Formats: sequence, structure tokens, C-alpha cells
Amino acid sequence: MSEVNSGKKAREMLQDVVAQVYQNAWDAKERGEPVGWSSSKFPAEIAETLGLAVCYPENQAAAISAKKGGQRLCEEAESMGFANDICGYARISLAYAAGVEAEEKPMPQPDFLLCCNNICNCMTKWYENIARMHNIPLIMMDVPYNNEVDVSEDTVKYMRAQFYDAVAQLEKISGRKWDEKRFEEVSKNANRTAQAWLKACSYCQYEPSPLSGFDLFNHMADVVTARCKPETAEAFEALAVEYEESVKNGTSTWKYDENYRIMFEGIPCWPVLRTLFTPLKDKGINTVAVVYAPAFGFVYNGVDELMKAYCKAPNSVCIETGVDWREGICRENKVDGVLVHYNRSCKPWSGYMPEMERRFRKDLGVPVVGFDGDQADPRNFSEAQYVTRVEGLYELMEANKGKRG
Amino acid sequence: MSNIEKLLDQFSQVASNPKGQLEKYLAAGKKAIGCFPYYVPEELVTAAGMVPFGVWGAQGTINAAKEYFATFYCTIAQMNLEMGLTGKLDGLSGVICPSICDTLRPLTQNFRVAVPQVPFIFLAHPQNRKIDAGIEFTKSQFSTIKKRLEEISGKAVTDDELRAAIRTHNASRAARRKFVKLAGQHPDAVSPIKRSGVMKSAHFMDKAEHTALLEQLNAELEKLPECKWEGTKIITSGIVADSHSLLQIFEDNKMAIVADDVAHESRGVRIDADETGDSMEALAKQFAAQDEDPLLYDPDLNKRPGHIVDLVKESGAQGVVVLMMTFCDPEEMEYPSLKQGLEEAGIPHVMVGMDQQMRDYAQARTSIQAFSDVLNFM
Repeated sequence: MSEVNSGKKAREMLQDVVAQVYQNAWDAKERGEPVGWSSSKFPAEIAETLGLAVCYPENQAAAISAKKGGQRLCEEAESMGFANDICGYARISLAYAAGVEAEEKPMPQPDFLLCCNNICNCMTKWYENIARMHNIPLIMMDVPYNNEVDVSEDTVKYMRAQFYDAVAQLEKISGRKWDEKRFEEVSKNANRTAQAWLKACSYCQYEPSPLSGFDLFNHMADVVTARCKPETAEAFEALAVEYEESVKNGTSTWKYDENYRIMFEGIPCWPVLRTLFTPLKDKGINTVAVVYAPAFGFVYNGVDELMKAYCKAPNSVCIETGVDWREGICRENKVDGVLVHYNRSCKPWSGYMPEMERRFRKDLGVPVVGFDGDQADPRNFSEAQYVTRVEGLYELMEANKGKRG
Repeated sequence: MSNIEKLLDQFSQVASNPKGQLEKYLAAGKKAIGCFPYYVPEELVTAAGMVPFGVWGAQGTINAAKEYFATFYCTIAQMNLEMGLTGKLDGLSGVICPSICDTLRPLTQNFRVAVPQVPFIFLAHPQNRKIDAGIEFTKSQFSTIKKRLEEISGKAVTDDELRAAIRTHNASRAARRKFVKLAGQHPDAVSPIKRSGVMKSAHFMDKAEHTALLEQLNAELEKLPECKWEGTKIITSGIVADSHSLLQIFEDNKMAIVADDVAHESRGVRIDADETGDSMEALAKQFAAQDEDPLLYDPDLNKRPGHIVDLVKESGAQGVVVLMMTFCDPEEMEYPSLKQGLEEAGIPHVMVGMDQQMRDYAQARTSIQAFSDVLNFM
């Protein structure tokens, strides 16, 4: 019997999954086993196959930021010499790795590092710094930026060699042998999670939507930290069942009017989540599209396809793929406008946005408005500017609706 | 005017007039290919019978590029796009754009869509460049670039031509390395601004032409008697160090640049390519051997601070001036470890923020002056 039938809400199941990831790491540390820190889109299949406990600094940084600890840790990193325009997640993580306490989301210090730069190059330097601080091994999976829609065979070949190098290094660290059958099982779990995640995200297409897209930001933690675990797939399947029921019953996790539907572009400003939410609920603007749905919903068959999947992160694909992902979900989910977060912490992401804005306006015929913010450092966000921009977007959507009659 | 002064002036004129230099090549029926930072295999351009032309931004104001980038991006990237958008790169038959940092990633896309009149050639370097698969990946990337260059030049590049280009570029790198040493030994003859002119002009000249002129200069410098320098000696570290206003501050404070860790200057000329065997492999291995650069993944984790400490010791410098390019993540991320390495070795340093839109150097002047005083009292 699945847990959804036993009465447990999918949201609780998803929270339990992430909590268990961190508990596993603490338990492993307690037993004297090595604990890793991993970037969010490092092939999680390797550590899972070898039974290694892993924590996720980006997830930790987001949690610390949401609980208002971001600025404190950012400032600690700045006092260590890191400039204040470096990614806020990196600054938080570097401060924590250097020994600054974070009651908001503690996790065990690392014994090895898993770095994949598909999401950004900042990751490379961030993990190098931590490796130096702790004098621990750094396993590097390099994903060259791709200027084309398809992933070339040369790239797959390069990635495959790195994949097996990483396997060999982690065999030594874990003291365990690679088991191909276990890898197949883990891959099957990851695919099942991805399919369930996509299914859950797909409910945003209903009008009104049975969920707020901001829920998906919260559930991202599961896709990032536990996509290879069967309980994650079960939790997302349960979530999809709940959304299905909500559609039938006409209920939603979005408790306000749904006058307009938007795509929220970028990572949210975690320290000011409530501030982000307020003008949206006041105006009845529901977020029904976030790019993480296609970015993490990848299904593969075998190592080569796995390598191609890891080449497709939001900041490693060409502008055409980036636009295609976003316009796809905007069309499917019938958005009326786009709100773009110019995230001071994320240069690769924000660096495409002005051109993407123009394309969204032209291709989708919807208004697009941007605001300045930061995923972790509240000093880079202005509430007054944000509220004005949301009002602007609302007015433009009203005018657009008027034109359409 | 001495021979040395005449030669230095020649380099300075080229360095301060890239437009005129490009027009000169175009008038002579040559094609030029823009080479954006960093680690473009310029040998391929030379082998294809074209002139590799460095495009590392320019001192100026960003207007048109604001349509593509928010304010928090490195000005070199923004100025390269600005030049593309305002037609200043139209004389180039193509540009090679690497994607090795988080600003270059979106720059490649923005440039490709915003400047369609300049043929765009993409380059992705592998960070795991030393392993066999990394070398193979570099070869595949360089081979693709070679094909695109052949299309532009209209002729196939032979193995002999590529080997000859490697020899030409090795000779250029050797001459520049020698010049950096000689300039450090004779700061009375080569001021920071003149030194910059020599290094910068290499980006705008046919390499063989530049080398021939530089070998003359090196020969003249070698004849000079030992210099009794009464000022201080420093090394510079950063991405670019070609602002005359900035370099004037060093001159005003009698600070000689005796070596550098600048991407636009010495970082690009440290490693030669093998002149025997498979030439494409030689270029891939040359890139694999690049190290001690914040832009590159360091498998040994901490080589760069040691390299700078060694550079200080070998060159006889008294301190390091870190010219921090605003919004350059890799340089900023590696600053704390550099700072720690220098402090542990007892080497004084100062960090000065800069960018290519900078007009007011008062803060830089104050910091550098104070640093000069510190060095004078040591």
C-alpha cells in the first residue's frame, strides 16, 4: 500500500525524503564513513550506486537563505576575502565549509567533493576552495558549454571517460566495487522520479491550476538531492495523484484568485519569499511555469544518454534550447506574462535574459517584466522596485486582455 | 631618439591604433580573425593564412551592449559586444569566442545572435584538459575551428602549414618571454606604458612581423649596461593591465613591472606547442599544460599562489599589485588563496579594482601610492 493511501500527504513525504538524505549523511559520519558534498547536477547515480552518503551545498544555501541566514554567511565569506558579487550560494557554502555555524540548516562537513560545472563555472572554483580548506579529494565532471541544440558525440565521449574516472575514484573512497546491476536499478529509480516530477509539473496546465509554481521550487530539493531513490519517485507519484484529485474537486494549493498566469523566470529570492509572494497573491497572479520542470525532468537509457542528459542544465544549453524549454512550458501552461528575476548571484543565467525577454514578447505575444534580486543575498533586492514591476506586469496583462477582448 | 625608443614607439603606435592596423592588413588583401579571451589556438588562424587579431575589450563606454547584459558583467565581455554592435569588428572575417567562464557563456550566445554580420566561431575548452579524453576533446574542438577557418580563407590547411604556424607562434612567445625579463632588468629604458605597448601590440600584428621587431628590441636591450634602479619593483596580476591612466600611476611612483601574471600578457605565452609529431595533438597538449590560471580548473588545487610566489622571487620583485577586474568571478574566487599564499611567503600585495569604463583613477592612485610607500620603507 502506498503512503498516499495510508493518509500521508505527498508534501510530507517529500519533506521526509530530503530530511532522510541529510540524516543518512549524519549517520554515515557517525559511523566513520566518508560523506560527500555534491553540486546539484553531478551524476547522482554514481554515489547512489556505491552507497555513499552525499549532501548538497546549493540546497543547504537555499535553506539557510530562506531562514534568513544568507546575509550573515555571505558577510562571513566576504570577511575571508571573497568579493560580494560572487554567487551568494557559493559565499554561504564557503563560509560554512570554513567553520561558520548555520543552525538554519547544518550538515556534516565533507570528506570528498563531487563537482559538475554544467550549471556554472563558479562551481569549479567554489569546490576547489573547499577542497583546499579541508584537504580532501575533488572529483571533477566537466561539461563544456554547448553552442548547439544537440550534444555532440565528441562531448559524450569526453563525458563518458570522466564518468568512469569518477566511478574509479569513488570506488577507492567508498571501498566498494561498482555493481552494474545496482547502477541499472538506480537509473531506473532516477527515470521514474523524473517521469513523476514531469507528471506533477504538468498539472500546471489546468485552468485554474491545482498548484502554485512556487510549490515546485520547494519540491526541487527532492529532485536535486534524492532523484535516484525509489521513495522520491513514490512521493512525486503521490503528488501527481493529489493534483489529479484537486483538478477533479476544483481545489488548489494556490488559495487566491487566478486572474493571470505567469512564468517566474529564475531562482526565487529565498530570503524574501513572502515579499515575492505578496503582490502576486494580492493581484491574483499565479505562477504556473518554472524552467526547472524541463531542466530536471530528464529520462535516459544507458550511460551515453545519461551523459547527454547531464549536458542539459539551464546554464549549459544554447539560447535556442533555453528559449524552447521556456516557451514550451509557457504555451502548455497558457501563461499571460513572464516575470524575470535578474539574479545578481547567477551571471550565466541572467546573461541570456534580455535577449530571451525579446523572444518571449515576440514569440508568445505576452508582456515580460524584469526585476533585480538575488537568490541568497537580500542586500541585492529592493522590495519597492519589485512591487512596482509586478504592478507594471499586471497592468500590461490587463491591457493585453483588453486587446484580446 | 635611441633605437630602443624608436622601436618602443613603433609598438606603442600599433597598440594604440588597432583600427589602423586592421585596415592596413585588409588593404594588403589579408583577412583577420578576432580572438576573444582566453586560450584561442591562434596557430590555426596563422596556418590558414590569416591574421589572429586579439579582441580584449577597449577603454570606453557601454551603451548598445546594455540591451544584452545587465550591469554586473565584466567590461571586457561587454565592450567586445559593444564593438560588435557598433560595427567596429566588421572588418574581421570571423571571431573565435571561447566559453570558459560564466560571462563568456552568455557572451557567445549574445554575440552570435546580435552581431550576425561577423562570422561566429564557437570554442568550448575542456577543464579536465590533462586526461586523454580531455586532450581528445580539445582536438575535436580545434579541428572544428580549423574547418571553419578553412571555409573562411577558402583553402585547406596542410600539416606543414600548421607546423610552420606553431614554430612562428613559439618564436613569438619566446621573444615575449625574453622581453618581459629584459624589461624587468631595464626599467629605466622600458616604462610600464611602453612595456604594455610591446605586449599589447602582439595581439594586433602578424606574429612573425611582431617577433622580428621584438627580436631587434631585445637585442638592443641586451646591450644596455646594468640598470641601477632607484624605484621599486612589482609584478602585476589580473586579466588586463593596459590602461595608460593606471600604468601612469606606476610610472609616477617609480614602480617597475618586472614580471606579470596578466592574462592579456604573460599567461598566454608561458607554454609552447611541440613542433614535432601530430600538430593538432601538439596544440591540444599545449592547452593541457596551461596552469596557474584562475580561469582553469587546477587538479592540484593550489598551484597558482606558489607560482606567483616563485615569480616574485625569480624576478626580484618586492610586491604584487593585483588588478582585480570588476565582476570577474574566477579572479575573485581565487583572490583569498592568492592573498594567503603571499602573506605566508611574507610578500606584500595590494588589490586595486578596475574595469574598462573607469575614468576616475583617484582611488587606484591612492592605493598604489600607499603601496609604493610601503615597499620603499621595507
